[in-house]
Amino acid sequence: MCRTVELRQAVLARNDDGARELRAELAARGTVVVNLLSSPGSGKTALLEAELGLARARGVPVAALTADLATENDARRLARSGAPVKQVLTDGLCHLETAMLREHLAGWLPPDTRLLFVENVGNLVCPASYDLGESLRVVLASVTEGEDKPLKYPTAFGLANLVLVTKADLAVAAEFDEAAFLASVARVNPGVEVLFTSVRTGQGAGVLLDRALAVLDGAEAHRPVMAGAPGHGHSPGHPHAHGPGEGHHHGDDGAHAHPHAPVAERS
Amino acid sequence: MHEMSIATAVVEQVDAAARDHGAVAVEKVRLQVGELAGVVPSALDFCFELACAGTLVEGAKLETEAVAARARCTPCGVEWAVGMPPDLGCPRCGGARVELLAGRELQILGVQWAERPVGASADQEG
Ligand SMILES: [Zn+2]
Repeated sequence: MCRTVELRQAVLARNDDGARELRAELAARGTVVVNLLSSPGSGKTALLEAELGLARARGVPVAALTADLATENDARRLARSGAPVKQVLTDGLCHLETAMLREHLAGWLPPDTRLLFVENVGNLVCPASYDLGESLRVVLASVTEGEDKPLKYPTAFGLANLVLVTKADLAVAAEFDEAAFLASVARVNPGVEVLFTSVRTGQGAGVLLDRALAVLDGAEAHRPVMAGAPGHGHSPGHPHAHGPGEGHHHGDDGAHAHPHAPVAERS
Repeated sequence: MHEMSIATAVVEQVDAAARDHGAVAVEKVRLQVGELAGVVPSALDFCFELACAGTLVEGAKLETEAVAARARCTPCGVEWAVGMPPDLGCPRCGGARVELLAGRELQILGVQWAERPVGASADQEG
């Protein structure tokens, strides 16, 4: 006798449900999460450092959580901006999951935080599959990494709400073919905005901050084609980008429970 | 390698379902993996075996059903197989308003229970 049971359960359901809850909880108190993905060495930390500095200068309550397999070097560097910064050591895990993020935010994230930047583990494969409750997923690629990077990592680039090209000042030296790169991006993520930045020359300074603030103000982020796919619950950036006063309005989520404690209690 | 996390999630869910159904062991797990799910089936196979160890799912066979990615252009209605790496721009009108019809599936379709722990050898079968 063989018994067969139909389950039809999404493998990442637990993470995706947790991400939706976290996004809603944070939105209710006016916090927007920006999830930054890139390969190691793309200049993610340098860009983030610059954006945090600008946010502080403009008086925007901002915080950053930076994930690495080992070392706290990035957190030390980012903390110089004066923003609350926390290092997450993944002990070898190649990506962040929502439960880890929730655990690290509890009791740490200041309640008045408007923007929380999450610097994911430097890796373009694994982090792409995990919604962290972000409202803006940004993928970075430096000009030295090759124009076909989006084709090699279609999930990461395909689910981005925004693509940032870093180290643009090196484009000529690296013989970076901008048109080829833009064509690769358009192929895996039609319509997504691509912006060029250089921490060294200041090109594109503040673009990340501006886009994040726009989402905070209720502007809808680009909705990637891949995010709308069937059989998968997650959709980074999809209209969960509510403004602070909007509270819980979930057209597509329906009602949902909030079994977890708020991520940061006023103590 | 996130296939380990994915395999662990599969095993946890199947193990929970087995307990719900009063099953003592699992013969087979059927998984649906879309072309764009970002999962390498061979890596998943390997991780699945490791993740099963010490659970009710130990010894189960993982059967993966691949789903080809397809998209449809909203304005012009054309449908196409997007391939890998995917081409999500409309091949007819070049438009960017596109809907993915299939390709990101990552779900447990179903399981087949076994009557006794699969590792406990078939020759006990009368
Ligand atoms: Zn078309």
